[in-house]
Amino acid sequence: MNKSYFEILRPGVNTTIQDKGRYNLYHIGISVSGAIDQRNYKLANRLVGNNLDEAVIEFAYQGPHLRLKNANINFAITGDIFFKIIRKNSKIEDGECYRNYLLEEGDQLDIISTKKSAYGYLSVSGGLELKKLWKSYSTNTKAKIGSNNGNKFSSDDKIFITNSDVKNFLEKKIDYKALIDNTIRVIKGTNFDYFSKQATKNFFNEEFQVTNLADRMGIRLKGHEIENIKNTNIKSEGLVKGVIQVPADGNPIIMLSDHGTIGGYPKIANVISADLDVVGQLTPGTNIYFKEVSLEEAENIFKAYNEDTKKYLNESN
Amino acid sequence: MIKNILNLGDAAAYCDFGSEVNETINNNVINYFNQIKELTKNEKIQGITNLTPSYNKLIISYDLTVTNFKKIKGIIENLEVKETFKKDNKEIKIPVCCTEDFSLDFDRLTKKLKLNKDKILQLYLDKEYFCYMTGFIAGMPFLGDTDKNIRCERLETPRVRVPKGSIGITEQFANIYTFESPGGWNIIGNTPKKIFDNNNLNQPALINPGDKVKFYQITKEEYLNWNE
Repeated sequence: MNKSYFEILRPGVNTTIQDKGRYNLYHIGISVSGAIDQRNYKLANRLVGNNLDEAVIEFAYQGPHLRLKNANINFAITGDIFFKIIRKNSKIEDGECYRNYLLEEGDQLDIISTKKSAYGYLSVSGGLELKKLWKSYSTNTKAKIGSNNGNKFSSDDKIFITNSDVKNFLEKKIDYKALIDNTIRVIKGTNFDYFSKQATKNFFNEEFQVTNLADRMGIRLKGHEIENIKNTNIKSEGLVKGVIQVPADGNPIIMLSDHGTIGGYPKIANVISADLDVVGQLTPGTNIYFKEVSLEEAENIFKAYNEDTKKYLNESN
Repeated sequence: MIKNILNLGDAAAYCDFGSEVNETINNNVINYFNQIKELTKNEKIQGITNLTPSYNKLIISYDLTVTNFKKIKGIIENLEVKETFKKDNKEIKIPVCCTEDFSLDFDRLTKKLKLNKDKILQLYLDKEYFCYMTGFIAGMPFLGDTDKNIRCERLETPRVRVPKGSIGITEQFANIYTFESPGGWNIIGNTPKKIFDNNNLNQPALINPGDKVKFYQITKEEYLNWNE
């Protein structure tokens, strides 16, 4: 039988394969990667009945335009996404997120754009035909490793599909309310005392704007310049997703999934785990505020976030 | 030993071994790193997702659905760390070509250091280096210490693209750009040798913390004909 795949009519600006991420390799310089928005990646898998750790297609801003070859599949899209399904008889359907669809041989899926967020996810029942590298499918374009040889998709690529023949299509839906909040909760960083009193006061009271320099590595902000009174460099040390570094120019940078594993700028704060999905979805021009919470509060907020995720996951059953 | 254990956000522990950079402190970091890595592998500790050793810090990332800072801190404080660091770590020889097209910052270095190119190269090549850590980008080694006379700060404006294979120096350190990447180190040459190999699943990085590294010069012809 002929192989089943998506033909890429338009790759989109940053379309990659992602999953939970690649762990235990920071010590050789390989970041975790993985879906920027972990909750939406899990929901996408659940909607098509996959294991939650199956690979999905992540896209940013403008998504891919795909044509299905040699298959009938069950797919779902999560995020805040504008997309259309173009049936092979030229009938066009407006797509809805957080539900699954049957896509048949020759049908097209045009993921036109994200709306008020940066990333979206496309899942396919049975998953994609890919090999894991170090227990993960995630594409890491910085180290050139993972699916699609570590590259984002281009027009010449194909995305191969494992389960190409959906016989019993059952509709699934999740009534999902996106987390939209301009207040990002943080814990004080390990170099909080490098910054002046006024600077830390401004950090928690003034707004910051997301600049155009925002990608899977990190987000640069601008706002009140944060004055450093000690040293604008530290001896290079490990970073994690959510760390907020402040280089000499006084403008904070939030580290995301593809961050360099080591950095030498002082750390003013860390985004709490429960708010990482929200931060990852921020788009250029958005104004945000930082709010300080304690470690204990952060742990409790994460518990609630985790319970919420479970609740949504169970809803689709 | 560890001076202090702080939380780095809510999902990582930050172990501080001191503020200086030297081999003794770094050996301590590596001992802890090796031991925790072993315990994680044997599932004696649950929930650890990543370990990042650096000059004088060790960051332990964990899965917040499995464990938390208090538990991890308790485990680290009660750890009896063995001397796993071996004095006979690997010795690695790295070829480097320093023709003008590769040594992008020699003009800057000769001016700043008030030494000619040959002298800088001689001081650079004479030393054997110690690998303090690997990271930033996959497989990039942070080596030290360079001769006192060739220490120079980073470029005022970092390059957007440093070519793959570039050898850089800054302050008391030397490194190798294993991939094309942004960077601000002073580039003195380029190596054709594969420093990171993702086909080697068990040991993808050629140079690991604790290894000794010596550079030797090769000609442009040898560079172009390099075959691994």
